[in-house]
Order: sequence, then structure tokens, then C-alpha cells
Amino acid sequence: MQSSNTTDEARRLLEICNACRYCEGFCAVFPAIELRRSFTNGDLNYLANLCHNCRGCYYACQYAPPHEFAINLPKTLAELRGETYVEYAWPKPFAVFFKKNGTVVSIATALGIAAVFLLTAGLQSPQILKDVHTGPGAFYKVIPEGAMIGVALGTTGFAILAMVIGAIRFWRDTGGGKATGLHALATAARDVLTLRYLGGAGDGCNNRDEQFSQTRRVYHHALFYGFTLCMGSTTVAAIYDHILGWPAPYAFLSVPVLLGTFGGIGMMIGTAGLYWLKLVGDQTPTARKWMGSDYALLMQLFLAAATGLALLVFRSSSAMGALLALHLGIIFSFFAMMPYSKFVHGVYRSAALLRYAHERRNSGQPEVATHS
Amino acid sequence: MPGEAPLALNQTPDVLVIGGGNAALCAALTAREAGASVLILEHAPREMRGGNSRHTRNLRLMHEGPTKLLGDSYSEKEYWDDLMRVTKGKTDEKLARTTIRLSSDLMPWMERHGVRFQPSLTGTLDLSRTNAFFLGGGKALLNSYYTTAEKLGVSVRYGAEVQELKRDGNEIREVLVSREGVMETFRPKTVVVASGGFQANIAWLKEIWGDAADNFIIRGTPYAKGRVLKNLLDQGIASVGDPSQFHAVAIDARAPKFDGGIVTRLDCVPFSIVVNQEAQRFYDEGQDMWPKRYAIWGRLVAQCAGQTAYSIFDAKSVNLFMPSVFPAKRADNLPGLAQQLGLDPIQLEATVAQYNSAVAAGSFNPRVLDDCHTDGLVPPKSHWARRIDTPPYYAYPLRPGITFTYLGIRIDEQARALTTDGGAMTNLFAAGEIMSGNILGEGYLAGFGMTLGSVFGRIAGKEAAHHAIK
Ligand SMILES: Cc1cc2nc3c(=O)[nH]c(=O)nc-3n(C[C@H](O)[C@H](O)[C@H](O)COP(=O)(O)OP(=O)(O)OC[C@H]3O[C@@H](n4cnc5c(N)ncnc54)[C@H](O)[C@@H]3O)c2cc1C
Ligand code: SF4
Ligand code: SF4
Repeated sequence: MQSSNTTDEARRLLEICNACRYCEGFCAVFPAIELRRSFTNGDLNYLANLCHNCRGCYYACQYAPPHEFAINLPKTLAELRGETYVEYAWPKPFAVFFKKNGTVVSIATALGIAAVFLLTAGLQSPQILKDVHTGPGAFYKVIPEGAMIGVALGTTGFAILAMVIGAIRFWRDTGGGKATGLHALATAARDVLTLRYLGGAGDGCNNRDEQFSQTRRVYHHALFYGFTLCMGSTTVAAIYDHILGWPAPYAFLSVPVLLGTFGGIGMMIGTAGLYWLKLVGDQTPTARKWMGSDYALLMQLFLAAATGLALLVFRSSSAMGALLALHLGIIFSFFAMMPYSKFVHGVYRSAALLRYAHERRNSGQPEVATHS
Repeated sequence: MPGEAPLALNQTPDVLVIGGGNAALCAALTAREAGASVLILEHAPREMRGGNSRHTRNLRLMHEGPTKLLGDSYSEKEYWDDLMRVTKGKTDEKLARTTIRLSSDLMPWMERHGVRFQPSLTGTLDLSRTNAFFLGGGKALLNSYYTTAEKLGVSVRYGAEVQELKRDGNEIREVLVSREGVMETFRPKTVVVASGGFQANIAWLKEIWGDAADNFIIRGTPYAKGRVLKNLLDQGIASVGDPSQFHAVAIDARAPKFDGGIVTRLDCVPFSIVVNQEAQRFYDEGQDMWPKRYAIWGRLVAQCAGQTAYSIFDAKSVNLFMPSVFPAKRADNLPGLAQQLGLDPIQLEATVAQYNSAVAAGSFNPRVLDDCHTDGLVPPKSHWARRIDTPPYYAYPLRPGITFTYLGIRIDEQARALTTDGGAMTNLFAAGEIMSGNILGEGYLAGFGMTLGSVFGRIAGKEAAHHAIK
């Protein structure tokens, strides 16, 4: 549990909110504040990750700047959230990746792409990238099967391990306790999957000004479910290949290609939409120093989807080799950087929602109405 | 800036609304929907728009049966009885009944104009049947109204202070406005004044209260200076309400001079003893349940030397009331606490000792008028009296926090301003705090300010539009 200026500022704001409570109906953060009279650093880290940054409480706040209390809760909680990513990162030395995270993730992506190209050209032959390959196992002619699977399992395995350890650290730091209990798990899962709190009690977020809009939720859903479909596509493809013995590429109307196509389109729409909302949005209630991190992750995901779809379209042409190398380079760097990019917001947010579901059940406080 | 009126403004709108709080917006929306062109002049800049209304959280609604938000019922009779109780009968029955009756269909109107509600906030159970709470509070409510108004084509000019209304017979002909040091003249067909009270005008308060007013804290907007009110009263508009009275509560003495709002309130008094600068008690802290005594303490503290008093309690009581914005002063012993407060340590110890020895045995219950009281102490503490003996000891410094003033302009049922010679203005209407004295001759009922402003804002808007475009 570290203390910082951001921690002190968050504590100051939350104590004022706890005396005010006008925003109680907006989201989970305020009822969670009200269960406490003072805030440990762990509490603050929990509340920071519980905030979905919908910004409703900024525009509604009677104490927002230029008031001398200068309350800007979404901004302060976003800054603190960033600090929690650093604090809980595993292994510790890799926490430096969160410094100038936007740049780091961008460079990592470029390096990932370069590495795949160089290794393919160097270990195989440059010509492979230019030839036309078709039929079962075509992709493995460019990148050998062992290399592709080895790297994929290695990076995702490590990423998952690192994020699980991060989540455990977060859980312990924010109060520990058992995370079981079916009802709480179900509540948290629903809150995650519906983005229940991304939306000022039903009317959506504030993007540019005082007006509410559902666009951010819609784009985030497109991205999230698009990503889920793509993961589904990869899983089905893995089963086809390694269990059923049908190596890729698959027909346009096959399950993996359909999942991947819709998923990829969803991801492109979602990432482009979120990027646009950030560009046109009011930046006052945001943590500007973490914007680079947001942009970098969106860029990675957009490129992953775009190159995936391009690969599908051009897989029978001579561009396939290069596109495959490009796509895999991006995917590889995405997974490698997963625990050290904005991606982790989903891990800590979910853990925070689980904690919230638990403490609400134990407190006996009625559920806060999100529609009124 | 979004919402800023274009430079070339309509200098002759059908309806000119003065003020940018709840009453003003209700009037503007209604007038616009009735077909009038509407211009709002708000003294505050956009970020601080909305007067005292930005600090509110609920309004009081009559309902004959359960609604989707308010349970049970709150009948006209009960509402009226409550109003009679707090005003001690100082009210205009016709206007009061109009307010009560029309409050029953406010909620759908408000929702149509973007306002959203939430269940009553935790810690306000006493209001959950009678008062509807705004999701996000008064500023969120105003945001919805401004957004809707702009969509409907209402022009809003911020930073515009109305200085003078030119009365000619029973008509207002011109309105003089200063904005960034430049004077402008408007010639509207009708005018709605919704510019609040004069509680932020310290010089005016000093005329009544002398130098004590320097130590008053104004809980709401610094823009409610009563300039329009004074200007109208000087021109023979009839007044209503006691010019020397205001509604005040005891708040944290460290609150900002203006706009501290709700978070500076202190609910610790019934669980404490309150001493003045001589470290002496001066009133029964446990007289009644806190919400009912809330307003008495503003007056009491205003009468103390230096307009300051101190609420003192011990570790047993620290979690019995809602937290507030500043932490309590804290010390391991009473002399230490006295030192932090600048009180005489010997006297404070003596006052506490005297109080402690008068505390009778009882069973403490913060939720009812319990039987914990003092015997033979002057003044007594009638309830929740427990010995102050468990360190650490705590204290909050108190000052009077002024909510609003009672002086206003007299109106009729169409919200038309009346004149001292018994006539009525033809194109001047009033709504909100500036006419609340018609109904609230004294006292206050939680949530009534917003109800009254909404009801009369709508009446004023409708009548003004009607008069302008007939
Ligand atoms: C901390 C606090 C909490 C409160 N909570 C509640 C509550 O929960 N429920 C409730 O019913 N009531 C509450 N009240 C009372 C409530 O705020 C008022 O009754 C109500 O807001 C009055 O509305 P209004 O529109 O008449 O005045 P205001 O909201 O005060 O608006 C007056 C407007 O006039 C403008 N103005 C003033 N002079 C000029 C000028 N010369 N030129 C141009 N513009 C001018 C001001 O800038 C302001 O915009 C509370 C008050 C305070 C201080
Ligand atoms: S954000 Fe502002 S209005 Fe909302 S609860 Fe906190 S202090 Fe109150
Ligand atoms: S989720 Fe929205 S309303 Fe809740 S704290 Fe975050 S920004 Fe404020």
C-alpha cells in the first residue's frame, strides 16, 4: 500500500463526497464510500478501480472547479487507477512499462512486428513472405507450426499468470477475504458483462458536456464482445487443428472464420468509436497522463482486428505471407504487453465489482437503483 | 462556449427571465413552450450558474397515494398542517394551497424536461415519504433544464447582472444590464424576476445585524445580492416578509464564505454540549430530534460573541452522525482540546465537570427522544445527555450559515407583482425565493423552496408568455 499525492487527493475528495452523497444514485462508487467513514490506501485503490469513468459525478458536482473545493472525482480516480496498475504489476521490475505506457506499448508493438518479419525472413527465407501459399497448413508454411504455437502459449500463459498475481495482490490489499459466494459472483459477472455502471444510472455517460449518451457503452460492448468472438474463433480453430486435425485456413462460412469476421468488425468499430470519443470528449474529467495508454491499447486492438480481416481477404494472394507476419507480430506483442497495458483495467475492475457485490451483500444495504 | 447566446441578442424578447436558478428555468421552459421568445439573464458565469438551487437535493411533493418514488401518501391536509406548524400561520392561504396542489403534478413535468430522480439518500429516512430526491443533486437538475432550454431555443446570457428595471406606471419598460463592465438595455414585453434572496449581500445584512454579519457564512451562491429586489421595492413594488429575518443553521466555522453547500452542515449538536467563547453552555442541546432543531441553532450561534460556538463530545459519540467536510478537532484531554479551540482550559473542564455531574442515569437511544437528561442543570440537556468522559475528545467550531432571507415581493395568484398602492403590475412576474415570503412568513419545511420555485416558476412563465403574445 503506497501513499502518493494522488492518494491524498483521492482521500480528500472522497471525504467530501461522503459528507455530500448527492451522487449516490449514479454508480457503485458512492454506496461503497458510504460504507466507510475513513479510507485506507487499499480502500482508495478499490474505489478507484470501481469507478467506470462515466463522468456523471463531475458534471453534477456542485463543488467542481472553479469552486474552491475543486472536486474532479473521475480525473483523480483515473490517476489513482493508473497508480494501482503500477503497484500491483508482477513481476515488480516490469512495472516500469507503465511509465510512458503509450509509448512503451507502441514500441513493443513495432518490435513485435519487426521480430516476426526478421525471424521469418532470417530463419526461413525472405522469399516465403512473398510466395502464394494455399490449401491446408498454408499458414504454417510461412510461420512453422511449432514456433507459432510455442510463442502463443508462452506469451498468453505468462500474461495470464502475471494478471492473476496482480489480481490477487489487489484483492489482498483491498481487504482480502474469500471471493466465493455464488450470488456475489453472479452479480459481479452481470455488472461486468452489461457494463452496468458505465452510464450514470441508465442514461449513459457524459462525453462532451452535461448531456448523457450511450455511445461509449455501445462502442465498449462492440469491442468487448468483438474481442470475445475473436478469442472464440481462435479456440475453435485450435480444436479443429489439434484435436480434429483440420489445419487452417478454413472456408469463409466455417465457424472460426465467421466468429473472427464478426468479432474483427466489432473490434474495429469499437476501437475506432472509443478513439473518436476520446478525441472529441471534454478532457477536464480525464487523467491526461494516462491517455497515451488508452490510445495505445486501442491502436493495438484496432490493428489486430484490421490485419486479421485483411489476412482473410487476401489469404490466397502473394500478400498473405507479409500480412500473416504482420498480424502475428501484433497479436504477439498484444499478449506480451497485456499485463502491462491498459488491458489490466478489466482485471481490476472485475475484481473491484466482485468486492462490491460481496460487501453489499454483507452490509445489508439495499441495492442502488440504476434506473429511476 | 456551448450554450452561450450569440452576440447579437434579441433586445426585445417576449419574456426576459432574470436569474438562473430553479425558478428561472421553470419559468423560461414554460414560457418557451407556450410559444414566447425567451432570454435568461444570469449573473453567475456558466460554471457557477444556478444560484442556491445548485446546492439542493430534493423537493416536497403532495401525493394522495403511493407513486413510483414516494411511498404511502402525503395529503394536501398533512402538507398544509406541516406548513402551518412551521410558519405559525404566517402564510397566504390561497398561494400556499396553490403550491401544495400543483406540487402533485410536478414530477412528470420535471422528468419530461430531463430531471431524474433517485431514492431518498441514506441518512434521510425522515424525508423518504414526502420528498423526491434529484439524481446527482440540484446541479444535475439544472444541467438538465439548461440543456432542454437550449434545445428549445431559449437564449441564455451568463455573467449578466441586472442593475435596474425601469417602471413606468404599472409596466416595466426597460431592463438595464451590466456585462463585463458594459451596460446594455433590454426592452422585453414581459419580465419574470427569479433572482433569489439578498443573503449574499453582506452590506445589507450589516444594516440589520451590524458587524456580526461579517462572521456569517452564506451557504449558497454569492450572486444572490438582492439587487433586483431592492430596485423594485424602491419603485413602489409591495414587499412581503420580515426584512430582518433569515433562515440560518449552525455549520462548520471553517466553511468557505460562500457556496459551501450541504457538506458544511453538522449533525453533532444533540450528542454534544455546545459552549460559547467563555466555555459556557447556553442552550438545551437535546431539546428535540435534530432536523426539527436544525434552524434554531443558526440563530443561537449568531447571538454568541464572535458568532462562534463549539460543539464538544467524546469518543462515544463520534460515529453517531453523518460525516462532514472538515475533520473534528481532537485531543486526548479537555485542556488540550480547549487550547486548540482558543478556549480557557480551566473553564471548559469546569463546564464539562458540572455537566457530567448533572447527567442522570438513562438508556441512550439516538433515534428517539430518550430518557438521558440532566438534573438541576441550567440550561438543561433534555435528551441524549451522557457524560463526556471518554477520550479522545472532539470539537467542531460552529458559525451561523445563512440559507436565505425572507424579504420578498408580494404577488397575486398569477405571480404578478403587486404595488404598494394596491395595484398589480401588468408585465412583471416573480417566482422562487424572491416571492417565498408570501407563503413562508417564517420557518422552513425541507424541500419547500424548490417546490415553491417550480410551481410559481411555471405559473410565472405561463402568465408572462400569455401576456406577451396575446
Ligand atoms: C445548501 C442549501 C441546500 C438547500 N437544499 C434545498 C433542498 O434540498 N430542497 C429545497 O427545496 N430547497 C433547498 N434549499 C433552498 C433552495 O436553494 C431555494 O429555495 C431555491 O433554490 C430558490 O430558487 P430560486 O430559483 O428562487 O433562487 P436561486 O436558485 O438562488 O437563483 C437565483 C438566481 O438569480 C441570479 N441573480 C441574482 N441577482 C441577479 C441579478 N441582479 N441579475 C441576474 N441574475 C441574478 C443568481 O445568479 C441565481 O442564478 C437549499 C439552500 C441551500 C443554501
Ligand atoms: S461528486 Fe460532488 S456532488 Fe457528487 S457526491 Fe461528491 S461532492 Fe457531492
Ligand atoms: S463511475 Fe461515473 S459517477 Fe461513478 S465515480 Fe466514476 S465517474 Fe463518477
